[in-house]
Amino acid sequence: MFESHILSWMTFTPLIGAFLLLLVPGKKVQWVKGIAAGFTLLPLLMSAKLFCAFDRAQAGMQFVERAEWIPGFNIQYYMGTDGISVTMLLLTALLSFLCVLASWNIEKKVKGYFFLFLFLETGMMGVFAALDLFLFYIFWEIMLLPMYFLIGIWGGIRREYAAIKFFIYTLVGSVFMLLGILAIYFYGLNPHTFDMVALAKQGGLLGNSLWLGLPFSKVVFLALFFGFAIKVPMFPFHTWLPDAHVEAPTAVSVILAGVLLKMGVYGVFRICYPFFPDAAKWFAPALAVLAVINIIYGGLCAMNQKDIKKLVAYSSVSHMGYCLLGLAAMTFVGLEGSLLQMFTHGTSTAMLFLLVGVIYDRAHTRGVNDFGGLATQMPVYTFIAMIAFFASMGLPGLSGFISEVFVLIGSFNADAFFLSQGGELVFQSKSIFMICTIFAALGVVITAAYLLWTIQRVFLGPLPEKWNQLQDIQPREMVTLIPLAFLAIGLGIYPMPILNLLHASLTQLTQWVTGL
Amino acid sequence: MENNLLLWIILCPLISSVVVRLFGKTLGRKAVHWVASGSVLLSFALAVTSVAQFVGSHHIQVHKVFLWLDTDLFQTWVGFQLDSLSCLMVCIITGVGSLIHIYSTGYMAHEKAFERYFAYLNLFMAMMLTLVLADNALLMFVGWEGVGLCSYLLIGFYYSDHQNADAGKKAFVVNRVGDFAFIIGLLTLFWTMGIQTGVWSFDFQDIKEYSWAIENVHLFGVSAAVFVTLMMFIGATGKSAQIPLYVWLPDAMAGPTPVSALIHAATMVTSGIYLISRLSFLFDMAPATLHVIAWIGGLTALFAATIALVQNDIKKVLAYSTVSQLGYMFLACGVGAYASGMFHVTTHAFFKALLFLAAGSVIHACHHEQDMRKMGQLKSKIPSTYKTYLIGAIAISGVFPFAGFFSKDEILWQVWNHSKALWIIGLVTAGMTAFYMFRSVFLTFWGDRRMDDHHWNQVHESPASMTAVLWILAGLSLIGGWVWWPGFMQLSSFFPHWLESSVVVHHAHGSHAAEISLTLISLGVALSGIALAYQIYVRKLFSTQKLKETLSFVHRCLEHKYYVDEAYEKIWVQGTKKLSQSFSIFDQRIVDGVVNWTSRALKFCVFVMGSFDRFVVDGLVNLSGYITASIGLMVRKIQNGQIQLYLATMLAACGVLTALWVKYYLLQG
Repeated sequence: MFESHILSWMTFTPLIGAFLLLLVPGKKVQWVKGIAAGFTLLPLLMSAKLFCAFDRAQAGMQFVERAEWIPGFNIQYYMGTDGISVTMLLLTALLSFLCVLASWNIEKKVKGYFFLFLFLETGMMGVFAALDLFLFYIFWEIMLLPMYFLIGIWGGIRREYAAIKFFIYTLVGSVFMLLGILAIYFYGLNPHTFDMVALAKQGGLLGNSLWLGLPFSKVVFLALFFGFAIKVPMFPFHTWLPDAHVEAPTAVSVILAGVLLKMGVYGVFRICYPFFPDAAKWFAPALAVLAVINIIYGGLCAMNQKDIKKLVAYSSVSHMGYCLLGLAAMTFVGLEGSLLQMFTHGTSTAMLFLLVGVIYDRAHTRGVNDFGGLATQMPVYTFIAMIAFFASMGLPGLSGFISEVFVLIGSFNADAFFLSQGGELVFQSKSIFMICTIFAALGVVITAAYLLWTIQRVFLGPLPEKWNQLQDIQPREMVTLIPLAFLAIGLGIYPMPILNLLHASLTQLTQWVTGL
Repeated sequence: MENNLLLWIILCPLISSVVVRLFGKTLGRKAVHWVASGSVLLSFALAVTSVAQFVGSHHIQVHKVFLWLDTDLFQTWVGFQLDSLSCLMVCIITGVGSLIHIYSTGYMAHEKAFERYFAYLNLFMAMMLTLVLADNALLMFVGWEGVGLCSYLLIGFYYSDHQNADAGKKAFVVNRVGDFAFIIGLLTLFWTMGIQTGVWSFDFQDIKEYSWAIENVHLFGVSAAVFVTLMMFIGATGKSAQIPLYVWLPDAMAGPTPVSALIHAATMVTSGIYLISRLSFLFDMAPATLHVIAWIGGLTALFAATIALVQNDIKKVLAYSTVSQLGYMFLACGVGAYASGMFHVTTHAFFKALLFLAAGSVIHACHHEQDMRKMGQLKSKIPSTYKTYLIGAIAISGVFPFAGFFSKDEILWQVWNHSKALWIIGLVTAGMTAFYMFRSVFLTFWGDRRMDDHHWNQVHESPASMTAVLWILAGLSLIGGWVWWPGFMQLSSFFPHWLESSVVVHHAHGSHAAEISLTLISLGVALSGIALAYQIYVRKLFSTQKLKETLSFVHRCLEHKYYVDEAYEKIWVQGTKKLSQSFSIFDQRIVDGVVNWTSRALKFCVFVMGSFDRFVVDGLVNLSGYITASIGLMVRKIQNGQIQLYLATMLAACGVLTALWVKYYLLQG
């Protein structure tokens, strides 16, 4: 009973918790927090179970749950996971729990905050577990609302602007996505279906018929991709991110960077690529160029930020560029790097936002130039921060290195593959991927430059007098950071536990997409 | 042959590093000293044991620990190998490393953050050993960047001063530029080799076996071999401080002096030469790259030596000297004499570590004074330091029979066979080296006392833990070169034979007579350099002040290090900052601007539509209401409560109605 429905349990346990919260009087703050922690811990424990029980050799969907929902439209309640989503489920469960702990010092409307937070977790889990497009879309939209309120109510000074920007931007993407989904439903397979697995298997067949005078697959691919690209966020649709991050409370920033951004890439992996492999190949060179713009542009913008949170936000833009480049490469190693980068970036950026939260709670400022010499005053904090910064920098031996190097290896010679697949020369260059990879590797230098500069301005140098009362990091804050630090180091040394999860499904996906 | 010790050579300092960093404060200073130095000594012992096993078995020692990266394309293990090249490096690293750890216990005896220092020094050892023991290029890269990290952390050890923090950052970023090229080179190698032969691998063993395939592939107008090696060489210029990426090394002197000795003289900075030797078969396929390496090496050697001539900071002299000596090693590699390059790595590790540690001892004695202009006459006060520093200076100047003589002579001989112009550059550099080294000896230890009494009385010889290390290194600086005598002497040439199994060795050809005369010339040049320094700084044959004035332009140029730092700052640092600023503004004004303008435009549309709704659609509704109301207002006036008026109105109305009734109904009907 439990094991066969583990995904539903993981998805809806937080929701049960959320409604349980409503029964607790709002004044009992400790109860509220306790329930929130408990009902995010449960999915985490289940995810451990999921991790153990997951069959690494099987490429297809596991822990499948399937039931008729709205038979008239052939809509099902269809959940399942494979190597592509399982890591994201693990990451979501972990970050959600840590974020509840990180939210312990919320004082304003505690009950409402945790209610929305638990609600959010249900939405996120659902997105990664859903295998029916309709269900997927519902979860996708469910997430939006709690996020909007979490930023809009518990955010900083310009919270309303940021919340509305986030909301509208995502909604615009969702509209295109919905149109794409409907187009797939009506013009895809016969009989009409929202079944993602069936659609993926028939991917090539959604092919090249003309639709309103336009090539069906390319139009629908682009509509869906646009929806996902906003979430990634891909240049030039990224400007909602820095605003949302700056205004959002710490835990929400963590979720935003750690999980929400990944949904964009996940969507491309799960929907765009297997459904429309030909369109994907057609779009790949352009995607590679956009990815490199993300990397370089995001990095250079990060360098100029005065607000640490904004800096980390732009660094996310830069790092997500590697995910996109790996996607564009369409080689096994590139795709693997991209998936791994989703996970490693999720952990390292989460750490960075948590760390910013720690210092903001004490100093009530996030100005990079307001600090200095914190290494003297807060040695433990600095030590953990160093791990986070260097993990984010992709230092070998830490997790970010492996994913970035995979992406670079995978994309470096994607040209050969691309041309052998009869790809069209979009840029009149036979070595577009090689050039893109070289620029992407240059991003490594830029990343080092802005992160080291930040380290110096915040932690090194003389300690300004006004900060000599700052307390070092507290045990509760350590608890939120240490698991992530262990992941950053552990996966850098031994990444196989994650790679093993991906292999079988990714091999299958690569075959579907490339037709090899 | 499987050998599980290899992992432990690395694990010893690594575990110690973690323990010391986390529990150092609780353990206390003494325990940290024991753990940190002990772990490196243990690692040294394990290294020696493994080398003995290697010698005994005549087989490369390997240890595959676990599968690290597994994809459908390639597999990479965390695996180590010990061949003759890594034997040499491991011995240098753990040997010199042990000595420097012991020295540090004395030098850092009063440092508050001792646990941080020893933890990072241990971590450096682990990373450096990973670099040289790794059996594949990716794992080597872990060590490669790891030593960069430790270098960064230790350069910025006294981080509360912004200058030191700056120096660390500069080192890291400049190294990253090199690493960028290295990665590109590695990827190109990986893919070209894979496509040509079907072997997808980062293992050195496979690369050695299959890299022949890349020679005939063309990339960017050159052979792939040339492209790959050139990229890797750029990587090496970052780590080993060559033109154009040498700028970080002189600044790196901001770190504690033992760190300069270990990382920035003896070990880390030589990893570029290690890389080239490790892949010497690849570089041998790319004569064009070798040509570039030789010239870059030679020019760096000369260029850095000229700057060293006028430095007043004792550590800066040694820093530029290191850059110059590294240039020598690259010069050797560039003429295909990889073994000679490695030979100079070895001897240099001894005498440069010695010089730095002796300089550290001077600085320690003089209470952190580094300016030689404020020293003088110290030889009586700190005799051990003086004698060992002198031995180091003699060794680096290349005086027979000290270690530097053998390696430098070997390099010059090989270069002579290759290019006369480069030989002259090498020779001039050798002369300058002797000159500036003895200038530093005379300024520091001889001549007049330029220190005030108060400080002078506090000058003290360093503790035994430091001087003992100095003497050991002095011994090595003397005998360290006796493993490769000049060919004409017909004595031992153990060194090249040792390396032959892992590094390409080209034997120099030429007559003994030529070799003897070249040896004499280089010896003569070294001695005249020393003599010139003596004449100027001791005999005061002519005033240095006057010399400065007559050559003021040259002097200014040298003193400002040819303004390279300033130029880099202007072009690269400020340029990048400007670029990032303009990107940021673009992002704010244009990209986000479009978003905000779109939203404003939408708002405007909404406003227009709202206005239409309010004023036109709703306006019509309101208008009808208004009209009704106005009529009501007008009519209201009649209803004023006077019965008479009502009556009259009623009568009038009745009259009118009756009249109408009569007219239209009765008369018509």
